[in-house]
Amino acid sequence: MEKIPVLRMGSLLLITIQVDMHDKLALQLQDDVTERISNWGSTGVLIDISSLEIVDSFIGRMLANIAAMSRVLGAETVVVGMQPAVAITLVELGMSLPGVRTALSVEAGMELLFGAATDTQSGSGDERPEA
Amino acid sequence: MNDLAEIISQNEETIRAEWIRDMSKSVQRSDLMSQTELDEQCRSLLSAVVSGVRTSGPSEISGAGWNKARELLLELSATRARQGVSPSDVAIFVLSLKKPLFTAISRSFSGNGEKLLETIWLATEMLDRLSLVTVEAFVASREELILRQQQELLELSTPVVKLWDGILALPIIGTLDSARTQVVMENLLQTVVATNSKYAIIDITGVPTVDTLVAQHLLKTITAARLMGAECIISGVRPQIAQTIVHLGINLKDVVTKAKLSDALALALDRSGRAVVRKSSAPVNAMSHLLAKKED
Repeated sequence: MEKIPVLRMGSLLLITIQVDMHDKLALQLQDDVTERISNWGSTGVLIDISSLEIVDSFIGRMLANIAAMSRVLGAETVVVGMQPAVAITLVELGMSLPGVRTALSVEAGMELLFGAATDTQSGSGDERPEA
Repeated sequence: MNDLAEIISQNEETIRAEWIRDMSKSVQRSDLMSQTELDEQCRSLLSAVVSGVRTSGPSEISGAGWNKARELLLELSATRARQGVSPSDVAIFVLSLKKPLFTAISRSFSGNGEKLLETIWLATEMLDRLSLVTVEAFVASREELILRQQQELLELSTPVVKLWDGILALPIIGTLDSARTQVVMENLLQTVVATNSKYAIIDITGVPTVDTLVAQHLLKTITAARLMGAECIISGVRPQIAQTIVHLGINLKDVVTKAKLSDALALALDRSGRAVVRKSSAPVNAMSHLLAKKED
């Protein structure tokens, strides 16, 4: 069975989605991410969806869910590299993913996560309120 | 009905010669098409008409036998529409075939009045329908032209410009409707990816009114940009528009808005960790600097 790899980079988790997401795969990923965060004590999750070209409301909700679950487990989630068509589709579906942080590239996402880590250490986190 | 086809094919040479002569009297456009081109068009159309009358009959213009004639006329009116010929001139091209054709018919049935009238009626009906085909094709090709220009206008009116490394500006001029928002959104998002820009300034100085629909379109664009990891700043909010936004109860709380494009640029520069400073060695007035040099 195909599986989306969850890579560990120090205190971060790196997930690159390079296949078309179907519902089972999304649920599997949800399980994997939550398990890895609690096992490795990760503080950040970076999801690269630059190769994802098709989304539906389920995948959108799954992204929001992973972000919410990670926050509960104490990790910040950044979704990076969303394609214009995917962004337009999500907006048209009415999913603005208010609880998810976004960045243009993996590099920018890493910066954001490291910045968030130092922010929380100094006690001035600027988390977006969940809608 | 086959009488008509016989008459045309037998007298093809004379009909064509008279037709071309008549046409050159009424519509002389030698600047747009050469004599040989016109000759060729008349020749192929006449033979297509003959085969059309033979296979489908003169009153069945939409029949399969007329496919060739219809194709010829469509192509002809499309090219003439592009050349700027008026639709009546295009219709006259077909209608001026009447006189030579009727002359040929009357020559064939000089003794038989009833037969003559019947054939002429068939011929005139056929030519009227053919000329309608040209007019319809003419209108269709014009319509297509207008549609294409509309599309071009749409794309031209929404440029995305790069102000700084990582900062884009999108000056919107004119009212935002759904079709334009779609183009604006796609343009902006594609440029965000292409230039890897973190900040996008949407300048609405040129938007005459902001109602709830326009605001909704703006918010959609901003949300889509945020999903991709870019941050939007709205600038160019005129006092009147600020009042309207508040009166309509539009929620722009999650969006940064500024009065001037320069304010928005300053904010974007500040957020990306840059500052614009005046050079300490720069002369206050370039002219005085030059004059001072001359005195030395």
